[in-house]
Amino acid sequence: MENNNIGWQGKSLKQMLHESDEYIGQTGNYYGIDRLSLKQKNPFRYERAYASLRGALVSARETALHVAASPIVKEIGELCFALYSPEGDSIVVSTGILVHVHTMSEAIKFMIQEGYEEDPGINPGDIFLNNDPECGNVHTTDVQTIIPIFWRGELIGWAGGVTHQIDTGGITPGHDLVAAVQRFDDGVYYTCRKIGSNDKIWKDHMINARRSVRTPLYWELDEKCRLAGNLMIRDAVLDFIEKEGLDYYKQFIREAIEEGRRIVLKRVKERLIPGIYRAASFFDVPFKEEAWQPRAKMNKITNEPIEIIIDKDGGLSIDFEGASGPGPNPMNCGKGAMEGGQWVLLTQILIYGDKVNDGAYFAVKKNYPLGTWCNPGDPYLSYQSPWGNLIPAYTGMMKCLSFGLFSRGYREEVVPGYGFTGDAIQGGGVYSSGPLKGDRWALSTFEISGQGLGASAVRDGLDWGYAMWNPESDLGDVETWELFQGGIPYLSRKIKPNTAGHGKFRGGANYAGVAMIANSEDVDFFGARDGLSFHGSGGMHGGYPHATGYRLIAKNTNLKELIDNQEKYPLGDPDPSDGEFERMLQADITRKPYASIYPVTLNNYDMVHFALSGGPGYGDPLERQLDLIQKDLNDGIYTEDIVYNVYGAVARYDEETKNWAIEEVETAERQEELKRERENKSMTYEEFWQYERDKITQNKLGEHITRMYSESIKLSDKWRKHFLEFWDLPKNFEMEVN
Amino acid sequence: MPKYDKRTLERLIEGELKWDELKLIIGDDKDPNRFDMILDILQDKVPWEEKIILPLHEHLHIVAKDGTRIIKCDCGHEFGDYRENWKKKCRIRVRDTIEEINELYPKDMGCDPNWMEIREYYCPGCFTLLEAESVPPAYPLVFNFFPEIDVFYEEWLGRKAPDR
Repeated sequence: MENNNIGWQGKSLKQMLHESDEYIGQTGNYYGIDRLSLKQKNPFRYERAYASLRGALVSARETALHVAASPIVKEIGELCFALYSPEGDSIVVSTGILVHVHTMSEAIKFMIQEGYEEDPGINPGDIFLNNDPECGNVHTTDVQTIIPIFWRGELIGWAGGVTHQIDTGGITPGHDLVAAVQRFDDGVYYTCRKIGSNDKIWKDHMINARRSVRTPLYWELDEKCRLAGNLMIRDAVLDFIEKEGLDYYKQFIREAIEEGRRIVLKRVKERLIPGIYRAASFFDVPFKEEAWQPRAKMNKITNEPIEIIIDKDGGLSIDFEGASGPGPNPMNCGKGAMEGGQWVLLTQILIYGDKVNDGAYFAVKKNYPLGTWCNPGDPYLSYQSPWGNLIPAYTGMMKCLSFGLFSRGYREEVVPGYGFTGDAIQGGGVYSSGPLKGDRWALSTFEISGQGLGASAVRDGLDWGYAMWNPESDLGDVETWELFQGGIPYLSRKIKPNTAGHGKFRGGANYAGVAMIANSEDVDFFGARDGLSFHGSGGMHGGYPHATGYRLIAKNTNLKELIDNQEKYPLGDPDPSDGEFERMLQADITRKPYASIYPVTLNNYDMVHFALSGGPGYGDPLERQLDLIQKDLNDGIYTEDIVYNVYGAVARYDEETKNWAIEEVETAERQEELKRERENKSMTYEEFWQYERDKITQNKLGEHITRMYSESIKLSDKWRKHFLEFWDLPKNFEMEVN
Repeated sequence: MPKYDKRTLERLIEGELKWDELKLIIGDDKDPNRFDMILDILQDKVPWEEKIILPLHEHLHIVAKDGTRIIKCDCGHEFGDYRENWKKKCRIRVRDTIEEINELYPKDMGCDPNWMEIREYYCPGCFTLLEAESVPPAYPLVFNFFPEIDVFYEEWLGRKAPDR
């Protein structure tokens, strides 16, 4: 038992964790700290201390990413480092993807609670690896390396680093799988496994890891990247203690976490309004026809209701009561995923600043109801693509906070929702010719990092330039991506008309790409995003959600012939009802009204179209300035028919100037006509209530909708009561899927 | 702490600020007197006399009237007690057919009405579109925001609400 009691003052880590939990439970403050004594006594020393540790983490990140090989890490920097207390609470985090404020925390706490101190032991120089979503991770694709930091035999903290892998050896190639339905499809699992000692990764581990994934070079160098960063952090912490003293360090890290907690409360009181906020979000999983596995052949729409209560002290509580059940799909979420989605949002819209740490985690209460998609309680489900549910759910959270920001007067901070960071076209293949013949290429473009941002209450959303869920990334250099995924070269990337959510201020727009398969064999291709339903409760105060995605693939094409003859080929799909693919190609063309598809096999000269997401709009579209509508037409953001139908704008195209102009008189008449239409086609609430209730009582709901309500009313007494009372249904009411 | 003059904030809420002006406001600390200034601006804009207690929506305000707190539209239409969901006082259009959804979105780029419908909530007074709610068929109305007005004024601003 040589490794027992490595905590402070001879305590075990379990004892320290228990004490920490007791303090926060009894006092509400981290470790019961009621006064930031170090900050009060010498604020300059305190701030310098924090800045020096944060600087060390940022430096570690910037250095380590040059060790990595994976383009996701090296090209766009999807990695993050953090320093943790002995109990696993983050003290300082680097720049990078702040999903991970409280992911590795859970992994460290898991190791403590499982008694790693005794077996397998926690020693100076040990290296642990984790990618298990049930133990503080988002999905298997995020791989974490964690090392303990000792000072003269006492554990004084942990350093952790996380990178996003292109492939982790799942049921198909890719990093956000669609076809995974159980844990055994998610790829290689490392559940807080010791993989090295004396600062060296064990050879047997690396042999195993290389043989477990499709991209072994990326895996190996990314693992070295994370270890290198962690070792730099450990050196910096030891230097810090040499300089400031151990006692100062110990007191400092606890006060820094408590300060992080207080910053959240202060910021909430500064910007929001106490009260109750609600949003309803959804995600469609139309796998009845798509899935290969019999158990997964099911259409499902996930209910993701969120209720946020802001109390008089500025404390936030987040509740997902009423959530649907988990599914035989990869969109299930463990606690690490729920925390990750929450913190990537909160750190961008509310608690941005240098002191982001687990203090923020302790300031927010949450309820992820057991047995639902956000806390299935079943480690054997698939957790490979939790973002399918996280993105809508936390987009709803932003809409909630926007109501408060609006009422407080900070209208410039309002965002009615985000684009779905989807249609990350994925898959891969093997080069069939050329100098790389026989090598595998992986498709994992991070074009998803350029989505349309939702409008605010004072301006249009940013076009093709924002991704709440991947804020660290900037798409990178597309030529670099093409080098890595050379079997699927682009033919075009163009603005996709009508992707932006309508409104007085429209959402950000986006573009679409067309790509072909070349010089390859054994090519798998798939993608996922919102398709049959809008996600994330999008649109606010009269603004509409942005457009959904769909799927367009052409197989057995005559593209080679067109290229050989230097004839035109499709460069987009600007009007899906009059497709360029259909008009210009001889091919077997598949259109699907949804976007989440299981992998299909493609051959050389097959073509794919993929559309990135716009953002939702704000305010009544009839209030949009006409000069902005004119600009939208000239920029290709909207088409003539859509501005006529939605904005009431009558436009004329001038062939000479090649510009659109708005006819003001006709537009005024058309807008009056739309107002009259609103009057004529609307009903009273009582009429609406009866109209909608009949859909339930007269069995007009589809199987997937019935399934959604059935799960929610079974899993939550509160939601059941809400649903039954709202529609005045009998107390013994049940909904069953036949 | 930054301070902005009334004209700047008027231009802000009208959407008239250029990006070079707006980005400075977004990037700076928040001006603590913003709430009161916006309240003054809105009060000047509306054509009625009731005191605005809290801005709730682009066109809706919680106001004091005859000893109660009600929701009132810019146009003067009154939605009743602020503790009730104002959507119940709206005229409501349900877009639950392909044809109606394709008026707003091209083919395959809107929701499938078998999965989701769009509910448009209009002010019965001016027929302004107040909310476009996209939910599955038969989903209960969402009551988006219930502000704790007295907690806000007394605990956070340190003063009584204007009607107390």
